[in-house]
Amino acid sequence: MAYDLIGKNFTPPDVRAKVTGKAKYAEDFRVDGMVFCRLLLSTIPHAKIKRIDVSKALAMEGVLGVLLPEDLVPLEDPLMPPVLTDEPKYIGEPIAAIAAVNETVAEDALEKIEIEYEPLPFVIDPLESLYPGGPAARTEGNVGNRANIELQTLHWTEEDFASVERGSMPKGKPAVEWSAGDLDAGFANAAYVVEETFVTGSNPHHSMEPRTAMAYWQNGKCHVYGSTQSQSMIVLGLAQYLGIEPADVVYVAEYCGGGFGSKATPYPIMAVPGLMSKKIGRPVMMRISRSEEYFLGSARHCLQGSVKLGFNADGRIAAADIYCLQANGPYFGFPDFLNSAQTLGACYSPLATRFRGVPVLTNTPPAGAQRGPGQNQFACILEPIMDRAAEELGLDRLAIRMINAPSDSTLLDARQSPMTSAYLADALQMAAAEFDWDNRKLRSRQRRGSKVTGIGIGSAMHTGGFYGFDGLVRILPDGKLYIHTGVGNLGTYSYAATSRIAAEILKYDWDDCVIVRGDSRKHLPWNSIQAGSNTSYTQSRTNYVAAMDAVAKLKEIAALDLGGAPDDYEIDGRRVFRRSNAAVGLSYGEAAQRAIDLAGKFSGQEGPEDVNALTKLALGGIAGTGLVGVAKDSADVGGMVATFTTGFIEIELDIETGRHEIKDYFAVCDAGTVIHPEVLAAQINSGAVMGFGMACTERAIYDPQNGLPGNTRLIQTRPPSGLDVPPSMTAFGVDKPDPSNPVGVKGMGEPPMGAGASALLSAISDALGGHVFNRTPVTPDMIVNAANGRLQSNGPLSVFTA
Amino acid sequence: MAKDMMPAFQLYQPASIEDALALLDRFGPDGWALAGGHDSFDWFKDRAKRPKAVVDLNGIDSLAGIRDWNGGVEIGALTTLTEIEQNALIRERFSLLADAAAKVASPQIRNVGTLGGNVSQDTRCWYYRYGLDCYRAGGVTCYANTPQGQNREHALFGADRCVAVSPSDTAPALVALDASMVIQSSQGERSVPAARFFIGPSTDITRMTVLEPGDILTSIRIPSDWAGANFYFEKVADRNTWDFALVNIAAALKVDAGVISDARIVCGAVEAVPRRLTAVEKVVRGAQKNAATADMAASIASKGAAPLNFNHFKMPLMENLVKRAIRDA
Repeated sequence: MAYDLIGKNFTPPDVRAKVTGKAKYAEDFRVDGMVFCRLLLSTIPHAKIKRIDVSKALAMEGVLGVLLPEDLVPLEDPLMPPVLTDEPKYIGEPIAAIAAVNETVAEDALEKIEIEYEPLPFVIDPLESLYPGGPAARTEGNVGNRANIELQTLHWTEEDFASVERGSMPKGKPAVEWSAGDLDAGFANAAYVVEETFVTGSNPHHSMEPRTAMAYWQNGKCHVYGSTQSQSMIVLGLAQYLGIEPADVVYVAEYCGGGFGSKATPYPIMAVPGLMSKKIGRPVMMRISRSEEYFLGSARHCLQGSVKLGFNADGRIAAADIYCLQANGPYFGFPDFLNSAQTLGACYSPLATRFRGVPVLTNTPPAGAQRGPGQNQFACILEPIMDRAAEELGLDRLAIRMINAPSDSTLLDARQSPMTSAYLADALQMAAAEFDWDNRKLRSRQRRGSKVTGIGIGSAMHTGGFYGFDGLVRILPDGKLYIHTGVGNLGTYSYAATSRIAAEILKYDWDDCVIVRGDSRKHLPWNSIQAGSNTSYTQSRTNYVAAMDAVAKLKEIAALDLGGAPDDYEIDGRRVFRRSNAAVGLSYGEAAQRAIDLAGKFSGQEGPEDVNALTKLALGGIAGTGLVGVAKDSADVGGMVATFTTGFIEIELDIETGRHEIKDYFAVCDAGTVIHPEVLAAQINSGAVMGFGMACTERAIYDPQNGLPGNTRLIQTRPPSGLDVPPSMTAFGVDKPDPSNPVGVKGMGEPPMGAGASALLSAISDALGGHVFNRTPVTPDMIVNAANGRLQSNGPLSVFTA
Repeated sequence: MAKDMMPAFQLYQPASIEDALALLDRFGPDGWALAGGHDSFDWFKDRAKRPKAVVDLNGIDSLAGIRDWNGGVEIGALTTLTEIEQNALIRERFSLLADAAAKVASPQIRNVGTLGGNVSQDTRCWYYRYGLDCYRAGGVTCYANTPQGQNREHALFGADRCVAVSPSDTAPALVALDASMVIQSSQGERSVPAARFFIGPSTDITRMTVLEPGDILTSIRIPSDWAGANFYFEKVADRNTWDFALVNIAAALKVDAGVISDARIVCGAVEAVPRRLTAVEKVVRGAQKNAATADMAASIASKGAAPLNFNHFKMPLMENLVKRAIRDA
């Protein structure tokens, strides 16, 4: 379908402010009387606080107040991370906050707090906790997760652990189990069966902007300036942490310096400035430092597990059996472990699947969703194994991926959901053509001196959209379109690209459109979190329904004023006019003025019953100002929205040093209709770079003897640098519309990382003659060891190692 | 643990070396000489080192600059790594040092970081930098050399209670070039060969160099002996920039008609000091510079290594780097 705006590049409105430095992030705000606060963080991994004495700190000049766990509203859910705690469950957990005239004084005061800990057992390695009598990360239990897995105690039997001696994953009683298809028959008839034990590393989110927040109280409302990916969705949880009604929260988050999942939903410490401000009666700024981000800024879940695959002779996966533990952190975490089966199902559609898993609580900083949580870790493990299977079965590596690619009949997860569309096969074919697979694969394993060429393919998936949220647009008498969006601005510009759907439907020039966002006082509708690769899909739907409502109202007003029926009218050029005589009509500005005169539903005094309370509140704020289009996107989409990316890579691996150089990278995503090609390519490429880090350089290490974190600096965690990125990367979309979205759009943010990471690992394995590491990250030491036939320092089940 | 919040201290900015020495004398162990600051501020921000007075040396012009020194070069300690990387005289005579300087950290850090700072910086053992009470910090334990210690980046050689390594990329080059470190104190000036400037835990577990409170490293002199020799520098790290070496190597070879007449070969990040591979030097002296010699040299490169649980990869890595150095210098 031909569009005026969809599929065209444009400059999102916030780019200029970012480039010129005018963009205000949370830390940039200053208000009269503002003071600073700093957090007291736990120095041991698990303890009860027996005694805390803040008197010496409070007596210091310049100290204005202290916030302690006893000042907080208790949380009902024990898995919900608290703002402050008197039972710290990881090194770096906030115990108290001190406000002072400046940060140096606040930090000096923190040193004067006398604290006495009663140390408790702690756990870094999930398996250790499952042994009979193993230590528990919480006094109340050792297992739990936000995926409806209550805090509970689970131990396996001594016999369950017999396999550990052989270096393979033990498989005791799971906390979650599901299966589909005939697993036993699949394995029994398989031409090739492979079973591998694996561990995937954790890595911090590394948001460029730390999670700083500033807050003050005015007229009974708490004004919070924060750093979040999302906007409307933040208000509810933040209100809960502040112990007030959502209507009493003013939330400002115009820009976000990266979140990668860690700022999708409200996080506890963003409530500290508001709570402190209430206590001391001054505006409070809490800047979070880079080092503190390693404790408070979330990380990817470390997975520990096994995967067994049975292949038919033609390469088709007949059976897949996954057992997956995750180092959950001490609180609710994210269900990464469950998503391992999702990516296998979506990218390789096995004929039969069994999944078992346990989220084991650990005394490591709370982990959470990070770009492709679970899907991307598992892609890293899976792709080199697929390469090995192809080699064993004498198949081309692209062919084994094509034969297993998802189709209309592919069903996912325990619920066995269909997908609204799945064009991974198209993506594979397009990327292969661009990469020149048939010729380039001939270079695989060619050696020049110590350098070996490796060729890799990696694919990943994620869900790519939600539904059920609200759209809100306004046409004012100035004739312009105001698109209200509450989704947030995590930095990918999807808030802007999806706003253009409303402009497209109303046939606006983009120059006549204004996006209203970033501040809850601006009357923003109830929108989804900006996460889960969903914005493009979800917001294109909400903006579509709101724009369609506005179109209907324009036609209705024209019919009322000019006669005939609404269907007799058409829109274009910012006018609504008679189909039979274009001269008879109203400009959008005139129609907006008429909407104000007519009031009621036309101008937002009345709205649909089914919209969210927050949208109703927003409607109340704008009622009577213009023609209002408002609607809930309520149509069921009939399945899981899934988005895919596949990456093809060529590397040169120096087997004497363990270092690789990426020569070329091509990636193609299935994100439905492409709405913003430039940003789509940027997302694919930058996601791949993040993936290269996940695959080979980034890490989170803990000393299991004392729970100490070895990663509190960028130099220690090693995200990829500019010089680790290939000089040229090629990226584009399949651009095939998803039938469940009115303009064919799907999300796309997360799989590019898994594609880049798993393609790189596939290439490293290729260069090493098919050696499978079953681990991330794959670091130079591991490559040197493998190339020299030496044992790896890491055991097959070791977690959080150097 | 990381605090990211510097405590207050007195900042002095002397304009002459005499004033700087007087200040450092006055404050003794409570004083701190500051060059580029990349090591210093890390410690200050974590509040793990808390000097009362910081003496900023950056205002002392005589501490910077590169000049001819009897056919060799003298480099002021405050000369930035970028200047060393780009200096024509150094590139012409001692490209080994220019190559090493070019591999330090990142361009931004090299623009501010100094040669004096790079060789004087403290070790990067993560346990020690965390601020723990380890031997090096004056305590009675080592956290890294334990059954489950995370010691991938630690020492293969010379462990003595402490297993931390020399983090510098320029230090091995300076040892290979037989440089001298010129040190001033209120007692006068002294010159120490680079090979003795760096000290291991058996000499003093709390210091990485001979520098004591009151000392200022003022310049580094490289004699003409190795000017224009065959050089090889390589650093293997996890990333291509802004990373410390897993192992680095600096080699200087004199080659006459295809025969190696003399050699100085030094590895960094395998011991608390840059490790001179004297056994390798011995076997290559008088040998043909070819693949067979390179292989033979490699085979003895890691002799005597005592690997920890996570760092035995440094042995083949050292061997490979020695092979490449002999072959490609």
